[in-house]
Amino acid sequence: MDGSPLYRLETVAKSYGAAPVLEVAELAVWPGEVLGLLGPNGAGKSTLLRLLAGLEAPTRGRICFDNAEVCAGRLSPSARRRIAMVHQRPCLPSGSVRFNVEFGLRIRRVPERAAPALAILRELGIEDLAEQPVHTLSGGQMHLVALARVLVLRPEVLLLDEPTASLDPGRVARVEETVARLQRQYRMTVVWATHNLFQARRVAQRVALVWEGRLIEVAPTEQFFHSPADPRTRDFIEGRMVY
Amino acid sequence: MFDAEVWSIVLLSLKVSASAVLVSSVVGVPLGALAGLAQYPGKRVVAAVLQTGMALPPVVVGLVLYLLLSRSGPLGGLGWLFTPQAMVLAQTVLALPFVVGITMISVQSVPAELALQLASLGATPWQCRWAVLREARQGVLLAVAAALGRSLSEVGAVLIVGGNIRGYTRVMTTAIVLETSRGEFGMALGLGGVLLALALAINLAMVRLHGGRLLA
Repeated sequence: MDGSPLYRLETVAKSYGAAPVLEVAELAVWPGEVLGLLGPNGAGKSTLLRLLAGLEAPTRGRICFDNAEVCAGRLSPSARRRIAMVHQRPCLPSGSVRFNVEFGLRIRRVPERAAPALAILRELGIEDLAEQPVHTLSGGQMHLVALARVLVLRPEVLLLDEPTASLDPGRVARVEETVARLQRQYRMTVVWATHNLFQARRVAQRVALVWEGRLIEVAPTEQFFHSPADPRTRDFIEGRMVY
Repeated sequence: MFDAEVWSIVLLSLKVSASAVLVSSVVGVPLGALAGLAQYPGKRVVAAVLQTGMALPPVVVGLVLYLLLSRSGPLGGLGWLFTPQAMVLAQTVLALPFVVGITMISVQSVPAELALQLASLGATPWQCRWAVLREARQGVLLAVAAALGRSLSEVGAVLIVGGNIRGYTRVMTTAIVLETSRGEFGMALGLGGVLLALALAINLAMVRLHGGRLLA
């Protein structure tokens, strides 16, 4: 990889009380790449994403974003606005779908909000929901709105936490296409957490395995799936790992 | 039966209670939001104290304020005893725990995850707090309605600090007490009816203000 990494994590650990939930000896995320975070449910993928988003502070270790250390999990407001995250269980403020999709634009005082909001809803195939109150949406629709409210911001760093877990296959394909197009167009850095091997293979240029709170292995996608270095990675991708 | 004096009593009731609700809301909603959103030791104790505050006996509040506002009391210099200001103060003291307590519970009932997710969209801490308060608005409206109900219907404290002076500090509840003691039950019942109708009208207006969602 050329240049310097966008994120650099060194001996990072996170625990809640006495319970350790994540340990990362070393991880670099490069600008413009799509990094897949693969691992079973509860492995620590969401925790890693929250650390990258600056929403939580590591218990120990160092996280650097754009060559600046993130102190106590606190990113500067300007750095925070370069990063946006789609959460696994979306929480949408009450109001219409459009109100929600315009939220990030509104707090950034973007004057023209309706057109980009409707454009991203159209791209995700849910423009007919624009004026619908969010409390009337299905779980899958809520996930799409949560994705739309982040994509409309065209963030430099896009953190995705199982964004398609509750979607039907047609929608999954559409979301993957949309993210891929925006990623290419705006050269976004994407960290995409999924427990789906096939999805990781389809969307990511590099894949990392998070297993029982540890980052086990990071490798380019082909290498990760064809010649994994760690036996646990091999077990996981060959489906021998029962969890 | 409803002469000019009665209307002036109704008007004073409304003025005193509206002022008390306004003051307790302006002070209480931010305090309640802060109490509910901030992380601090003893948060449960604060909630328990506020709930006790909702059960404050009005006569006790009246008595304490009487002692504070009396000429020899620490606030005697204000000259507020037996004035509408003293009544507003008494009702504010009684309404404040309702506003703070119910607002606190309302903001606490908004999932903590909401603020975190909005922060991950670039919202500042203040924008997150505002969004949480907005999410809790039905509860905040309920807090204001409860404060209004408490203020309008309260008699013990305003009787003690207001003195039920005809044409000056006589409000509906104190007038009802007086008319009852004089055996003028028709008048007392009439005023009671007006009080109830007012409370209903105000609450219906608040429900309407919220697009009827308080009933939903």
